[in-house]
Amino acid sequence: MALTGVEIFKLLPKTNCKKCGFPTCLAFAMKLAQRQTSLDLCPDVSEEAKQKLGEASAPPVRPITFGIGDKALKMGEETVLFRHDKRFVNPCVFALEIKDTLSDDEIKNKIEEVLTSEIERVGQKLRVDAIALMNDSNDVGRFENAAKIIATGAPDVPVIICTDNPQAADAVIKLFTDKKPILYGADSTNAEAMAEIAKKYKSILGVKASVSGGGLDELSALTEKIKSLGVEDMVIDSGARKAKDILRDNTLIRRAAIKKNFKPLGYPVITFAQRDESLFETLIAVIGVAKYSSIIILSSIEKWKNLAIFTLRQNIYTDPQVPMQVEQKIYKIGEPNPESPLLVTTNFSLTYFIVSGEVENSRVPSYLAVMDCEGLSVLTAWAAGKFTASKISQFIKESGVEHDIKHRELIIPGYVAILSGSIEDKLEGWKVTVGPREANGIPAFLRSRTA
Amino acid sequence: MAFTPLKETYPGKVYSVTIGMGNKAVTFGGENVLPFHAFEGIVPNKPVVAYEIQDMPPADWPENVRKPYEGVSDDPVTWAKYCQDVLKARAIALRLISTHPDRENRSPEDAAKTVSDVLSAIDIPLIILGSNHAEKDASVLVAAAGAAKDRNCIIGKAQEANYKTIAAAAIANNHKLIAMSELDINLSKQLNILVTQMGFDKERLITDPMCSALGYGLEYTYSVMERIKLAALAQNDATMQQPMLGDIGMYVWKVKETQASETDLPQWGSVEERGITWEAVTATSLLLAGAALLIMWHPKAIEAVEKVIEELI
Ligand code: B12
Ligand code: SF4
Repeated sequence: MALTGVEIFKLLPKTNCKKCGFPTCLAFAMKLAQRQTSLDLCPDVSEEAKQKLGEASAPPVRPITFGIGDKALKMGEETVLFRHDKRFVNPCVFALEIKDTLSDDEIKNKIEEVLTSEIERVGQKLRVDAIALMNDSNDVGRFENAAKIIATGAPDVPVIICTDNPQAADAVIKLFTDKKPILYGADSTNAEAMAEIAKKYKSILGVKASVSGGGLDELSALTEKIKSLGVEDMVIDSGARKAKDILRDNTLIRRAAIKKNFKPLGYPVITFAQRDESLFETLIAVIGVAKYSSIIILSSIEKWKNLAIFTLRQNIYTDPQVPMQVEQKIYKIGEPNPESPLLVTTNFSLTYFIVSGEVENSRVPSYLAVMDCEGLSVLTAWAAGKFTASKISQFIKESGVEHDIKHRELIIPGYVAILSGSIEDKLEGWKVTVGPREANGIPAFLRSRTA
Repeated sequence: MAFTPLKETYPGKVYSVTIGMGNKAVTFGGENVLPFHAFEGIVPNKPVVAYEIQDMPPADWPENVRKPYEGVSDDPVTWAKYCQDVLKARAIALRLISTHPDRENRSPEDAAKTVSDVLSAIDIPLIILGSNHAEKDASVLVAAAGAAKDRNCIIGKAQEANYKTIAAAAIANNHKLIAMSELDINLSKQLNILVTQMGFDKERLITDPMCSALGYGLEYTYSVMERIKLAALAQNDATMQQPMLGDIGMYVWKVKETQASETDLPQWGSVEERGITWEAVTATSLLLAGAALLIMWHPKAIEAVEKVIEELI
């Protein structure tokens, strides 16, 4: 159980010396309970208190960084069960499985797919984050060979080394020294040997309950044992493979961690979603994204599939309190001149990126006036009274765009056609033109005007 | 430290709703736990997916979702029979889209005729939807409800602006009713209260908190659904215990990702698979958030979603 403010207070020096920056020890304790400050700020706290508090104030799901450098992935640190309570923290990792039974060329092709999987959406760069190398051959030599191809072909991509054979693990992990890989495959038969290797190479250890069904009981016992062997960073697998079991185990794990601060299950969860059929695999991945997986292993990464799961991950992990927004200003698209068209829209990221993308597609250099509507879409902002004729007029006047352009024509979104008259009334000397409703009509609309 | 699973039991329960007649009737809702949490409570029914058909040819549907219905979608009766007999639909949702003033502005009498024609051709349950023009729907759905009298259909959607007439027609003709509000748990609750205050039985109501597509506000629908579900279970709030609808198809098949060609956007991959996946992913997410009834368009997306339901239940 996480400690309450009062419980924490009892462990503090109670001198109210203010060195922590808070007026009293109690105030500091309250902030600690809400995880909004760090115990390090109090210089006088006793060792004993530190230990007690350290254990209790550690995040319920252990923060772990997988991989290194630009492509390193943060996992864990989650604090809630439902996204409406508070933002989910670290988006799940998508990893492509590569079996060591494939030919060298097939392996290279898969690596290439991972390396070229990046897609930009709403200003974020999204990609397949990791590779899971599988020792399906059960052969150490083949495993090593496949690992070498990956280590040279994708040196920056974080790797999950999947084998339950300590010998194979030892042979391969060397290739990823100092790259913080995950060694997946510690179970009740090989825990000691695997823990040794993970410690030696400072890797994260993937811990699994037997697929035959020891479940969360077995898993908890295993992580405790491994922790006592000196390995702290783990990712866990309950053995669930069916949709129903994944949902159940992921829920019970997250609940135990968040609601009871149950440490043996307070680790990121790895989910194996592979299926023969790619669409069906996508839907199993949906369960993982929505319901608490930190790593999802896929058997194929077609572009259409990536776009869908990346988008879902983005949706589920956005902050429910603040819509993603862009800065209010006049954006230049292409190289507009004083005769170029001027369009207006709201500062909801999704709206901005869709509209600016279509203006770009039109190849007609333009000015896009993006107005602060607290991150609401056009219609929502209009319905909420934030995208009104007087506010738009005021924004245009104050934006200074009148210095950039010679004409006085403003193109407004088709959905708010109703505003055109009243904007003309308020913006003296201006003409308002109603654009298409959907942004995908913008290219044809802009081109037809210049033709 | 031994592990004891933390099971959640709740005082509340979602109403179960049965639609249709005889051995083709289907029931959804009825659970007393979060979606698919059979490990800690009862989940007596699986969610139902209804195939959407329309009362005029779907000329405005993207090609990839028009194709599977080529040759049958010119006529709602043929279309309905195709869904029932060939695609093995468990339910059909007939959208009377032609009645919209901006479309063909067809009369309520025309709509009523279409409804009776479709009903005489099928024996699976029917959901009857207006064109989402609040004013016109009030007259169209009254006529449609009459034409479907005693067939235990769902009529929808009743909104704040028109619920009185539509709810009255549903009562008079023994139907279930969809109450739709716009992505706000309080509005949804308020509409359910208004409808039941008219004497409409709260156990015959279906809540539509409004759908939004993957990438286009899905997270809002997702969270409103989760919050409604928690209010129903944990707070035992009888005005939130109605099963929820996800009206997936019409929101999904208008977004760019379901239509843009691979030539224009090579980084997005095959447009056909992309569209199907977009619909199936939107649907599966909303099932996980608590939807019990889905209305969908593409047969392949429906097939995949039904398969995932089988594995979740
Ligand atoms: C998600 C959503 C919300 C979210 C807000 C999300 C956000 N950040 O804006 C929440 C839940 C907060 C919300 C609240 C409300 N909402 Co709302 N919401 C939606 C929903 C489902 C999607 C909006 C969206 O994200 N669209 C995607 C973006 C990209 O669309 P867009 O900004 O309009 O941009 C498109 C076009 O306008 C065009 N475009 C944009 N800019 C420009 C510029 C030019 C020059 C041109 C040519 C074109 C162009 O291109 C874009 C792509 O095609 C819509 C329904 C729907 N499916 O559209 C309702 C909707 C917009 N909401 C509506 C309403 C009424 C409300 C509320 C007033 C009601 C309520 N529930 O309380 C509140 C108001 C908010 C407040 N008081 O703070 C109504 C608006 C009704 C109307 N016709 O005016 C809608 C249409 C729902 C409906 N009736 O079907 N909403
Ligand atoms: S620094 Fe430590 S002792 Fe001083 S007020 Fe803060 S918590 Fe209390």
